[in-house]
Amino acid sequence: MLWDALTRPDLWAATLAMATPIALPALGGTFSERSGVVNIAMEGIMLIGAFFGVLFSYYTHNAWLGLLGAILMGALISTLFAYVTVNLGADQVIVGMGVNIFAAGLTAFMLNEIFGYGGTPRETPALPNLTIPGISDIPFVGPILGSQNVVVYLMLMLVITSHYFLFHTNLGLRIRSVGENPQAADTAGLNVLRLRYLGVIIGGMLSSLGGVYLALGLLNSFEVNMSGGRGYIALAAMIFGKWTPFGSLGAALLFGFAMALSIVLQGGGVPSNIIQMLPYALTILALTGLVGRSTPPAADGIPYDPNK
Amino acid sequence: MQKTIEGLVTPFVAIVIAVLIGAVVMLMTGHNPLTAYGALFSGAFGSTVNLSNTMANAIPLILSGLGVAIAFKAGLFNIGAEGQYWIGSMAAVWIGYSVHGLPPILHISLSIIVAMLAAGLWAGIVPGLAKAFVGAHEVITTMMMSYIAIFLSHYMLENGPMMQTGFTPQSPVILPSATLGKIVERTQLSWGLAIAVVACIIVYWLLYKTTLGYRLRAVGLNSRAANYAGINVPFHLVLALFISGMLAGLAGAVQMLGVQHRLYDSFSSGYGFTAIVVALLANNNPFGVILASIFFAALSTGGQSMQLVSGVPAHLTAVISGIIIFLVATKDIVQIQKRWRKRQTLASGKEA
Repeated sequence: MLWDALTRPDLWAATLAMATPIALPALGGTFSERSGVVNIAMEGIMLIGAFFGVLFSYYTHNAWLGLLGAILMGALISTLFAYVTVNLGADQVIVGMGVNIFAAGLTAFMLNEIFGYGGTPRETPALPNLTIPGISDIPFVGPILGSQNVVVYLMLMLVITSHYFLFHTNLGLRIRSVGENPQAADTAGLNVLRLRYLGVIIGGMLSSLGGVYLALGLLNSFEVNMSGGRGYIALAAMIFGKWTPFGSLGAALLFGFAMALSIVLQGGGVPSNIIQMLPYALTILALTGLVGRSTPPAADGIPYDPNK
Repeated sequence: MQKTIEGLVTPFVAIVIAVLIGAVVMLMTGHNPLTAYGALFSGAFGSTVNLSNTMANAIPLILSGLGVAIAFKAGLFNIGAEGQYWIGSMAAVWIGYSVHGLPPILHISLSIIVAMLAAGLWAGIVPGLAKAFVGAHEVITTMMMSYIAIFLSHYMLENGPMMQTGFTPQSPVILPSATLGKIVERTQLSWGLAIAVVACIIVYWLLYKTTLGYRLRAVGLNSRAANYAGINVPFHLVLALFISGMLAGLAGAVQMLGVQHRLYDSFSSGYGFTAIVVALLANNNPFGVILASIFFAALSTGGQSMQLVSGVPAHLTAVISGIIIFLVATKDIVQIQKRWRKRQTLASGKEA
């Protein structure tokens, strides 16, 4: 039963599809926390991205403009988040919680006010699925990697670019240094506040893209609370992935696999709910050091006060 | 007295500003804020039935809010009250339908005690020990445990031992001997309200009138100093999460025995998350928790009538809640900055 499921390419295709809306906000969280700002607002930013993606896509009749508008809105709310946490030094976890509640309310409110209680229009343009010539013809691999939504490929490229950016460029090093030791970075002449803004805003744009994928990639509609906790799962994926892009992707794939497997095995002998618990349990084990210790950036969550 | 008034100013100002922003949003979207807020108010407090339902909604918020507040006092952010609520609910319902032949007072007590222990251990063992001994951040561990608890409840109701055969996944109904009586008939208001008020008094007494409470607060204010003062910090961290979980579990138990009488399959009760907002608005004061819970309960019951009467979507109340958190979080900062400035002027005065 299990082996049959594992040899089905649609299981692996679903794994990749389900990992995408977790990997993107996990990558976003990585940027934010590498710069020293704890970000639990990914859930809310995803909702902002999903809603404004649909809104802009519907009114401009172009899904790509929808994507662009959503990312701008993600950047906007992240700027607000950064102002309150970085400039004013407010508690990052509490403000993140506030963003989540605010975004859930705002998007549901605007959905009802703008589109009414019938939901978003069916004719909203969606982002296309791509068929990669060459890859899509390979047996087994083809159905998995050869024809996915365009955002899935975008996500894979962003993971690679982010790794390069964070670990092989000057700016990436600077972002990481303000997350590890802002005092030293400040002494070395870096602008701690500006670099933290950068981390938070890039993070918000990536999280927002995760929401766009849900709304315009998988469906072409927005539903109340459609992020369904993925922003929080992304938090776990980021930690399990040890605050690195490839690690986040790997962990997101694990979560995606658990979800896909639980769907494929539905009605079978193994209770799907038990399978879905596993990634959360693994995250706790990773945090406690039982399966490879996860250590956050040293200054993660501590507001920087230049006068201290 | 002075302190109490100062404690009330921040949340009050935050609420006023948030409500005003809500009014601006209503004006912008072509609604009359006075009609809308009027409908909200009368929907929440306007009749015996409405008032009873608001108070009934406040009960689980008070109890889980107390849990979040006591953890905050010890310097811990228990974001997983939602999961602890589910564990408490499961335990209470299980005792409620499976144990036969007990008189009501014993049956209810047993359900509540088992629910509190189960939820307390759920929070205390994994997140508590992980925090105390390897420093794993409780925000993440309690959140992960929350998801595990919710999936556990799905399992129990969909495939597991608590499943009742039928169309929708749900547990059997608890026995009459485990049911909490109603204060007002034909509403949701049960004697759980008395339990919530007593819990508030006990938490206040525990935090401010006992050595244990003093130690918990000392750990929360400065764990290193507490350690030097000879307080066993790891023990108190675990204990704080244990008590916090017990209160969230009590919230679940009271909701099950007083209102729902059985467990339904669902992704979220919402109480555990609102509890965080409650504790924040109350600034972790046990009696403030009662006021804040009534406020948020009123937003949720009144929001429905606001939508019916004035056409303003009830979700606007969530926007208002989000803004309140923002303001409460930043308002503290304004005060801290004031203190800094004062200190700096003092320092420069000395130099001169």
